[in-house]
Amino acid sequence: MVDNWGFIAVLTLVAFTVPLIGLALSWLLRPHRPGPIKQTTYECGLETIGDSWVQFKVQYYLYALIFVLFDVETVFLYPWAVAFLGLPLFALVEMVIFLGILAIGLIYAWRKGALEWV
Amino acid sequence: MMMELMPVWLQAGAGNPLREFLLENILTGLSEAWRPLVADLLTWSLTCALIMGIVQVTMLYCTLLERKFVGRIQDRIGPNRVGYWGLLQPFADMVKMLTKEDITPAVAHRSVYNLGAILVVPPAIMVFAILPLSLGLVASDLSVGFLYFISVASVVIVPIFMAGWGSRNKFALIGAMRAVAQTVSYEIPQVLSVVGVLLLAGSLSTGDIILAQGTVGSGAQASQGFPGGWFILTQPIAFVIYLMATTAEVERTPFDIPEAESEIIAGYHTEYAGIKFGLFQLSQYFMTIASAALGSVLFLGGWMSPFPGGLLQTLGPLNLGFFWMGAKTLLLILGFMWLRGTWPRLRSDQLMGFAWKVLVPLSLANLLITALLGWLLHGWWNASGAQGLGRSAVVVVAFLAANGLLLFGAMLGFGRLRAKGGRPDIRFEATGVGSSVEGAA
Repeated sequence: MVDNWGFIAVLTLVAFTVPLIGLALSWLLRPHRPGPIKQTTYECGLETIGDSWVQFKVQYYLYALIFVLFDVETVFLYPWAVAFLGLPLFALVEMVIFLGILAIGLIYAWRKGALEWV
Repeated sequence: MMMELMPVWLQAGAGNPLREFLLENILTGLSEAWRPLVADLLTWSLTCALIMGIVQVTMLYCTLLERKFVGRIQDRIGPNRVGYWGLLQPFADMVKMLTKEDITPAVAHRSVYNLGAILVVPPAIMVFAILPLSLGLVASDLSVGFLYFISVASVVIVPIFMAGWGSRNKFALIGAMRAVAQTVSYEIPQVLSVVGVLLLAGSLSTGDIILAQGTVGSGAQASQGFPGGWFILTQPIAFVIYLMATTAEVERTPFDIPEAESEIIAGYHTEYAGIKFGLFQLSQYFMTIASAALGSVLFLGGWMSPFPGGLLQTLGPLNLGFFWMGAKTLLLILGFMWLRGTWPRLRSDQLMGFAWKVLVPLSLANLLITALLGWLLHGWWNASGAQGLGRSAVVVVAFLAANGLLLFGAMLGFGRLRAKGGRPDIRFEATGVGSSVEGAA
């Protein structure tokens, strides 16, 4: 097990060097002639009006909230699923209840309109 | 039986023949304390080099294949000028990306902007650690393999958001926001659909999941796990959900609204040029290949031969696992490309509605049915002592019937919902402004 994670540590290092090698190669090869017009923000030839770092739609955060809920749920589901075939009936019933509660949560969010894209 | 045919060349740690060879022949001059560590590091580095080589070449030729394939779908020839049949086109693209001037917008937040392009690649490479090439040819068969894949793969969204925010461009920010919302939403059906597979396989490790799909008589029947053959037979709905959610996760058509070129230029990588743009493409292709490979591991039996009795699993002393694994992965990649060539892009509200109102309830119901049926069948064969092909046939037929019922019920249910109030609104409609308001009303 330690061996497996050791390999992943090495692979992580390699994975981080790949984009750096690409950037270094490109830095050696590419021209570099910046200019004020070149460096403007891309907006189909127009000048950008106002700042781009603006407040954003709250809709995205609602989805993020529901996501956190369901993601935690899957963390609970995984160990149960892996051990499933060796577990007694009680574990199955328990998980059905757990899923039921989550389903009710989803229906609630749905009925409240949290899943509507406005 | 098959276990002995292929030594564990890539497996980390003791038992790897490469490592043993290094220890005995090359590293004899080193002190005892350092030899195992150096041997480990060398083996791991060589394995990394091998993985990188395979993945890079696959990625390069995937770009060519995609252009050729989509070209044919659209009645074009595709690239055919650089090299015979356009075979050198990927390298020409690479040279072009490397030599293009790098333009950074003056207003961009430079460090976040640059880090976004750099950090988007590592997770897409790291996921390959757990993907097996063949029996015994897996770099790191973690006991939490699938969890590792999902957790590393979902990190990609952070650099994508950094890119969108750091560019300080309105289109880039919209693209990044869309990407986050979409990836986050589709991750739920993706992981939920796979829980059924994990439940039947009884493991999170990719090696065990493949072995649990062993067909009767192939000699690879695992002691644990469900005797139903490939999981596409027992979990067809989960397979389709997985494919759809994965398409959304890697932001490919019809779920590519984060980079919808007709609306928001190129989404989060609007402001990137040259190699930095290339890094985003690289990451996306890597993720596509990795997801296709994971799909074939989870549902299509990984390196197993598709023929009954393990026919053509071995050719003489050679295990053909790598060929089957490659063929199945390529099949799924071609499926992704086919989708791109034929489907129009979804609208934002349709996309989110589809994840939360169709895929999530469906995968929850699928999980419930899998658990109940699995428990019943397990009890049945423990009580009756059924074995072999007969037991597998009963399992597959029962699961197919349950999936058919589920699909029928879902269509009925969604049809009624839609009749009541236009929900879930996932229709394609050629309406202009205001259609999303209608859908939400």
